[in-house]
Amino acid sequence: MILSRLAKRPVLLAVGLVTALALPWMIYPPVAMDVLCWALFAVALDVLLGFTGLLSFGHAAFWGTAAYTAGLLAIHYSVPFPVAVLGAAVAAAVLAVPIGYLSVRRTGIYFAMVTLAFAQMVYFLANQWSGLTGGENGLQGIPRELFGADLSDPFFFYYYGLPLVLLGLWAAWRIVRSPFGRVLTAIRDNPARARALGYPVDRYKLLAFVLSAGLSGLAGGLYAISHGFASLQEVNWTTSGKVVIMVVLGGIGTLWGPGLGSLIMVQLNDFLSTAGFDGIDLVTGGVLILIVLLFRRGIWGTVVDLVSRRSERPATKETDAPAEEPVTSGSA
Amino acid sequence: MQHIFNGLVSGSFLAMLALGLAVIFGMLGVVNFAHGAFYMLGAFGAYLLLSEWGVNYWLALAAVPVVLGLLGALVERVLIRRLSALDPLYNFLLTFGLALVLQDLVRREYGVQSQPYPSPVTATVDFGLFTYPAYQVMVLGVSLVVCLAVWLVLSKTRLGVIVRAATERPELTRALGIDVGRYVAPMFGFGVALAGFAGVLAAPMRAVNPLMGGDLIITVFAVVVIGGLGSIFGSVTAGFAIGLITAVANLYVPTLSQTIVFILMAAVLLWRPAGLFGREEAFT
Repeated sequence: MILSRLAKRPVLLAVGLVTALALPWMIYPPVAMDVLCWALFAVALDVLLGFTGLLSFGHAAFWGTAAYTAGLLAIHYSVPFPVAVLGAAVAAAVLAVPIGYLSVRRTGIYFAMVTLAFAQMVYFLANQWSGLTGGENGLQGIPRELFGADLSDPFFFYYYGLPLVLLGLWAAWRIVRSPFGRVLTAIRDNPARARALGYPVDRYKLLAFVLSAGLSGLAGGLYAISHGFASLQEVNWTTSGKVVIMVVLGGIGTLWGPGLGSLIMVQLNDFLSTAGFDGIDLVTGGVLILIVLLFRRGIWGTVVDLVSRRSERPATKETDAPAEEPVTSGSA
Repeated sequence: MQHIFNGLVSGSFLAMLALGLAVIFGMLGVVNFAHGAFYMLGAFGAYLLLSEWGVNYWLALAAVPVVLGLLGALVERVLIRRLSALDPLYNFLLTFGLALVLQDLVRREYGVQSQPYPSPVTATVDFGLFTYPAYQVMVLGVSLVVCLAVWLVLSKTRLGVIVRAATERPELTRALGIDVGRYVAPMFGFGVALAGFAGVLAAPMRAVNPLMGGDLIITVFAVVVIGGLGSIFGSVTAGFAIGLITAVANLYVPTLSQTIVFILMAAVLLWRPAGLFGREEAFT
């Protein structure tokens, strides 16, 4: 029993790693890169939504700010791209400090609305500050630089980007499994008790918010470098919504699920646009409605449920998926 | 002076949308992300009625909100109700999905370019110091009347008492023999109808396009956070006030005109997290 549980994790990890390594062989390499970036973004959001119980509807602010930062660093200072991406992550985390400080004052549905509003503010600023961001045109011609190496082939660039994403995923996993992450889960499940135990709840939430934003920034920075441009689309509220959909589709609070969700959504997106179907929002919106109505645990959560139900003794679940009802326990 | 009027007029749209949101939130505890989409549908409905069937503005102003209200009630029955026992965030996500679907359906059919809608009233009103389009004056008047009427109905009539009771203590209200469930769909429909009404009013003034609701609704979210979502009075007042402040900011510091509402929201969160007219949340 215990042995099989111990065995399960390395197997999962190996499968995940092999998938990540083989992805550009299986799908069009630039799309594989998109999957990688969105997967990290979705996992970063899941740290906040699944393990802290806060639904941020404004993570585009961090993804987009990072995209612009990485672009500006690469264009004006031609730094090696990992430096630009890490700088972008730092910028996103710094931006998250004031936004998080104000937002964690509200919980539940209000938190979602407040983060959404702040992200919209960042959007307007990016639009207005066109001298820096290029406004409607965005930042174009972002170079990929790494000590003169040839990174123009998206197939090879995937493997240059992969370590950064794996670093981010590892960080997310460490955050969730650390004592700090345990406190976050306790806050999600019962904020009043966590406070009574002497944990400064708001400060924990803020730190989770900043870390999540930093990881989102890592993803957003890499995304901008891999595409060679950063546009207003990156800070738009639809981007915030898209990543939320990936997390919900994959399964809130499962870490693996959001990765899977991003793989599916990016692939679906790519499939629809190559098929010439003009209605991606229509499909993603429909998917979200169906998921929320029918599979609130998401794909990963549902599968884990089925597996654990089939094993004779109800094994303790591998995931920290919250019980069916509250996304957040701290409803307003 | 003219700018103050402009501010009040744009504030009246914010106020009507915030009012609809607050009514729905009060009754169902649901924040309706699709509110902006329904506003857009209102404006598009008026445009389609005119361009396809030549139905004039005044008929559209009466008919479109009714149709949208029925659609809203249907949405509540078919979708929202299924999730009402769960965390309200699920319904937030559901209505977000609905907003994407509605917006994209309209965009696929009519594209993103703005459709023209002729103003039904072309006269201007002479205020002595300046003249102002009569239509805008009418919009302001109508929205003030609507907001006041809703507030009066909710605070003075039996229906209002039931709705407020159902909002605050649903179980107790049910125990007193009132079928709370019966009021939920109509109230949701009513909130949606208000959004549609605002949409029709906006059609002659604003660019009618599929994206007109999406950005506006986020500003309205900021407005209700400032006013206090639980408070009808607060939401409406904040709507007019934000419209006014934005117009004044536009006059003196144009770069702030888009962002000032969010700066105000940040200030309110610092100073009074529950909103200016909201009550403190339960300590969670």
